[in-house]
Amino acid sequence: MSTSNVLYDHPGPRARIRNAVLSVVFGVGLVALLWWIYRKFDEAGQWEANLWKPFTEAKTWTQFIVPGLQQTLLAAGTGMVLSLAFGIVFAVGRLSDHRWIRVPSGAVVEFFRAVPLLLMIFFIFYGVPFLIQRPVSAFWSVVIGLTLYNGSVLTEAFRAGIRSIPGGQSEAAYAVGMRKAQVMRLILIPQAARAMLPVIVSQLVVLLKDTALGYIVAFPELLQRGVNDLAANYGNVVAAAMVVAAIYIVINTLLTLLANWLDGRARRRAFRVSKQAAPSSNQVGGPAVVEPQG
Amino acid sequence: MHVFADQANFDAYVSGFLWILKLTGAAAVLALLLGVLLAAFRVSPVPVLRGFGTAWVNIFRNTPLTLIIFFCYFGLFSTLGLSLADDLDLNNYWLGVVGLSVYTASFVCEAVRSGINTVPNGQAEAARAIGLTFFQTLRIVVLPQAGRAVVAPLGSVLIALCKNATIVGTIGLMESSSVMKDLINSNGDAVIAIFAVFAGTFAALLIPTGYFFGWLANRLAVKR
Repeated sequence: MSTSNVLYDHPGPRARIRNAVLSVVFGVGLVALLWWIYRKFDEAGQWEANLWKPFTEAKTWTQFIVPGLQQTLLAAGTGMVLSLAFGIVFAVGRLSDHRWIRVPSGAVVEFFRAVPLLLMIFFIFYGVPFLIQRPVSAFWSVVIGLTLYNGSVLTEAFRAGIRSIPGGQSEAAYAVGMRKAQVMRLILIPQAARAMLPVIVSQLVVLLKDTALGYIVAFPELLQRGVNDLAANYGNVVAAAMVVAAIYIVINTLLTLLANWLDGRARRRAFRVSKQAAPSSNQVGGPAVVEPQG
Repeated sequence: MHVFADQANFDAYVSGFLWILKLTGAAAVLALLLGVLLAAFRVSPVPVLRGFGTAWVNIFRNTPLTLIIFFCYFGLFSTLGLSLADDLDLNNYWLGVVGLSVYTASFVCEAVRSGINTVPNGQAEAARAIGLTFFQTLRIVVLPQAGRAVVAPLGSVLIALCKNATIVGTIGLMESSSVMKDLINSNGDAVIAIFAVFAGTFAALLIPTGYFFGWLANRLAVKR
């Protein structure tokens, strides 16, 4: 938080009074806003105990929320592994010396980054069964959709990572007699993966949120089970949405903290490339640049 | 291509993308205003405002957009009775705009804040040294420079927003992804053509937008 110290002086007596007054004014305004929201919910009878009581019962958790969460995590985990593979393959493809590999890989990546994930999931779930003459499960349509999109985003991150490695690394590898594939596999990718670890983890947040799209194709993930199905039984859609939102927020906050910690660690010690190379790699693929989606 | 020769299908295709553009346009304006305001909150000297901005970003950035849109419909509209328009489509449209703006504003806020971080400390220090207040420093010195640095990130936020607009189909607005689903279900023999047209339209719309923002970011970059 260096900005907050730079934009204004250390408060003197008058500034301190002004800040205190502003704090009180905005604090009161904020409390009034929260109170208004509380009243609105109250008028609609949303704080009634019978709507919240299901969350104290074990059945709610064992039958709805936990199975939903398991499916969400399973889809996110599978999607992450597959998109990492996709990302590495296409990043290498885009950096290839052969035009006939480079250009198609680039086109594929640009295409999947530009197509909305939901459109892709609909195509796989509703369209592909017409082509292969048998149904595609909701799980795989979500996972394949996630893989194509997030894999393409990771491709760009990996490419930036591989490019940020100083030329001396691959020159030295060529000098000891390695082939192109060996240089890529043994020298460049391990270093890039290490530098890209924070990006990969923050992409996991995006991926986890995107699994909620599975709700639209009736994949029994957290939103489907924990909000839709639960509310169908107890009629507490607002309460259920709040509880499930809290679960998503906790998981994603933990992942973000992990990404920041990895980022700090990578910056502190690992990746002992020259100091000039480090900022550029962060600019291209830092967590703040990862596209939000779904 | 015979699917799109049918006038009704073609009209559905056009109106689907018109909804997407309208959603993107309205939500982009609202999210930009809200996001810049939140970013100003997050760097302000008043702790309450900083806390509010941080809470907003942490809550909405970490919740799936599908859940937010779902809540806008089933929570705000069905349960709490918040109606934004009399027409059913228009009501869903505005509920979608609310959800998209609230969600996207948190990303705009983070982009602007990281843009503020790229402005060298000397700039704000010099502004303070000649006696500018916090608002003057922010408005005259820091934000104009930060604005140039955030063109590229804001461009990708806009592109993501346009793609995210398809999620409003969840609450019954016939935007392009819902139209595509219906067309696929009624024309099983032309699945690939239908997908190619819809995906191709998005690609034709968004890939040039991406390059445009890249070009603009380069052009506007502050030379240091």
